[in-house]
Amino acid sequence: MPKPLHTLLLVVGLFFASAASANAFTIQEVTSPGGIKAWLVEEHAIPLMAMNYSFRGGTEYDPPAKEGVSEFLTGMMDEGAGDMLSAEFQKKRDALAFRMSFDAGSDFFEGSFQTLSRNRDASADLLKLAITSPRFDAEPLERVRQQFLLNVKDKDQDPESLAWQAWMEDILPGDPYSRRDEGTEASIGAITADDLHAAHRRIFNRDTLQVAVVGDISAKELGPLLDKVFGDLPAKAPEQAQLPAAKPAMGPKLQVIKRDMPQSVIVFGTEAIERDDPDFIPAYVMSEILGSGSLTSRLSEEIREKRGLTYGVSYGLNPMTRLGLYAGVLQTKNATAGEALDLAREVMKKYAEDGPTQKELDDAKTFLTGSYALRFSSNSAIANQLLGLQQQNLGIDYVQKRNAMVNAVTLDQVKAQAKRLLHPDRLIVTVVGKPEGVK
Amino acid sequence: MMLFKRLMPVVFAVLAAAGPARALDIDVTSFTLANGMQVVVIPDHRAPVVTHMVWYKAGAADEEQGKAGVAHLLEHLMFKGTPAHPDGDFSRIVRANGGDENAFTTQDYTAYFQRVMKDRLPLVMELEADRMQNLELTDETVLPERAVVLEERRQRTDNEPSGLLNEQMDAAMYTAHPYGKPVIGWMPQVSKLTRQDAMDFYAAHYEPENAILIVAGDVTPDEVKTLAERYYGPLKNKRPIPERVRAEEPPPNAERRVTMHDPRVSSPSWQRQYLTPAARQLPARDELAMSLLAEIIGGGNQSRFYQTLAIDKKLAAYSGAWFDDDQLDYGTFGVYASPNPGVTIEAVEAEVDAILNDVVSKGVTQEELDRSRNNMIASAVYLLDSQDKLARLFGVALATGQTIDDVKNWDKNLATVTVDDVNKAARTLLNRNASVTGVLLPGEGGQ
Repeated sequence: MPKPLHTLLLVVGLFFASAASANAFTIQEVTSPGGIKAWLVEEHAIPLMAMNYSFRGGTEYDPPAKEGVSEFLTGMMDEGAGDMLSAEFQKKRDALAFRMSFDAGSDFFEGSFQTLSRNRDASADLLKLAITSPRFDAEPLERVRQQFLLNVKDKDQDPESLAWQAWMEDILPGDPYSRRDEGTEASIGAITADDLHAAHRRIFNRDTLQVAVVGDISAKELGPLLDKVFGDLPAKAPEQAQLPAAKPAMGPKLQVIKRDMPQSVIVFGTEAIERDDPDFIPAYVMSEILGSGSLTSRLSEEIREKRGLTYGVSYGLNPMTRLGLYAGVLQTKNATAGEALDLAREVMKKYAEDGPTQKELDDAKTFLTGSYALRFSSNSAIANQLLGLQQQNLGIDYVQKRNAMVNAVTLDQVKAQAKRLLHPDRLIVTVVGKPEGVK
Repeated sequence: MMLFKRLMPVVFAVLAAAGPARALDIDVTSFTLANGMQVVVIPDHRAPVVTHMVWYKAGAADEEQGKAGVAHLLEHLMFKGTPAHPDGDFSRIVRANGGDENAFTTQDYTAYFQRVMKDRLPLVMELEADRMQNLELTDETVLPERAVVLEERRQRTDNEPSGLLNEQMDAAMYTAHPYGKPVIGWMPQVSKLTRQDAMDFYAAHYEPENAILIVAGDVTPDEVKTLAERYYGPLKNKRPIPERVRAEEPPPNAERRVTMHDPRVSSPSWQRQYLTPAARQLPARDELAMSLLAEIIGGGNQSRFYQTLAIDKKLAAYSGAWFDDDQLDYGTFGVYASPNPGVTIEAVEAEVDAILNDVVSKGVTQEELDRSRNNMIASAVYLLDSQDKLARLFGVALATGQTIDDVKNWDKNLATVTVDDVNKAARTLLNRNASVTGVLLPGEGGQ
């Protein structure tokens, strides 16, 4: 294929039709002169632009004994770049008033960038410098190390972090997914500038780059901006062995971590499916009815609304790249820990056997389809959604097709997914607190 | 305190939203219905979505003695039903219409909101107007919900050493005023609240003339006016709203210190809060000078704190300063720092005091003022992207005795603040007698 000389466009219009309105926004696929692709939604109502972007390979590729290096990197990206030391870089950033932040997930390393229209080019110059040639000088490195050491200590004591961490270690023993993303005191203490350079070299490459842009910029203007910001990154990441599929452990298993506090934190769940499973949408609708974060889910109805045993209970699908999980959390006073957990199992068992009623399915569909537009109500929210769709390989027309897919789900499909994915008899359970009666 | 956990606690939203700027020039319209209900409309036509909020000028500080937590318990109970929409139908209907909802309670106000497609606006208005006057409660619905609130308290406060310390710091700060008791209430009082307590609070405060309607999103002021008159217009005020006269604080004569040890604490932390006037009592310039002082002392990496504590002396990697006066009667100026591993609380506190003393005795520079002012304006511009945050900005202002113009003129007023104003603010605010210092330490010592 010849190299495109100009910014190429593929345009897909999206319509949220409802009785009173048929507003539209359009997702354009922009290919820069240098060949970098991005999804763009133009929105000129306010003089701002948001750009979210990501690279494949997050914390799961942190080298052994250097756990936490990806997260450490997120804290070092604004601490000097090129010839600019930390203080100079930050002064310039503040003067231009742009926002730049990074997040290290298990599967993806993400960046977000927001700028005022009038400072766009100068801000993009600085962003380019930061992601292309960060410095990792000794002074900021030691300073940021102190912050991450405090983070690690904090997570050691935070009951919810503790419970999730222990649960991950139980369901995925030995897998990189179950390591601590934030590292340990020993690993954070051992990270050097060379480690950060290696992590930066591993992560920041054009071949796994995905970009979503929303705001006050045209497709014509975006092409050169993409080339400016990302064009000097290496084309490919260094060779490295792909991680094998993750192998989940089977329950039942119960682990109690004793902590002297009035309330127990209970994390429970099993393995599940990945995003590319052909039945993901029916499974998602199924899980919405059982355990969405709302007050009307089956779990919330039984455990919170009827009995007042918790402030919140949720149970949801978490599809990652190398496996999917299906897990939830509830907090309840120690004396009712066993009762609440048993109730959760009972609700899951009944739901696995009978599935939802037709009315529950209909209500879930109207909620899921009706609320989809709410996810697209600000520039930064749209950018976040569009990047997620790219990461999941869902295609530029997904936003248009999604509600029809939800509406097509049948009661039988949902029942089949409830049977397939709910296993109350072999939950892996982790409790932090002084729980009574858990088994 | 919220109905359920999904959004940031309101205090963070408010802190993050110091105020909007002229660069933005927010399009906002306000009018009042015949029954006294104030209406605010903030059009945003980017998506076919609206945020609908009703704010009541009643919160925890309006509770009767011994009924701590009833304002917040009522917030939860407002979802329990009316004769027209019984048994939790409110949430089911909102959800079946693709809506998001939640509610939150503070010392001075309680707010309920939904985010829906714009054509569902009449529906949520009908539901919200209905429960303003027709709430029906039974022990069967109240008692489990009271238990939920006790679990909420355990989750947010009792399970969190920092939550317990903050509660004690507030109690130490206020000698007479009700801000000294927590919004969620003290455990012994909340666990005894009854259906009647909730109904009494509802009857005393939930009236159209005590409420503010805010609609942000894909609507015009005319559309909102028509709908508001249809749904909220017919509501009658049943009784006069009680005057909000709370006990005044006596002059602060001694600094206070609250120290808490807890084995669940991973590393020590230090903070101090100073009592300040509330926004409505302060001339705009003085108020903004206090915000700028917080930014100069502890906002970001160029601040005095970060430059000294994190970079020069390597004592504390985390530190900061904040100012929040969006309450009816008093505000708070706060500073905090977490010592690096191996550094003592005493060393950090001594350095913080040295920095604060230096600001008071020598003042700040024009360069610091300009930089901080720019940072604040930039943060405000980014607020424009969020319908929800803009709506909250106006809700908080109106519910705490400020005006729409106070919000709209924010950047104009900010531009007038001088170095002398900031220095005066530092001398007035940083009075140790009006402060509470809080220290959280690992290890045994009670719980």
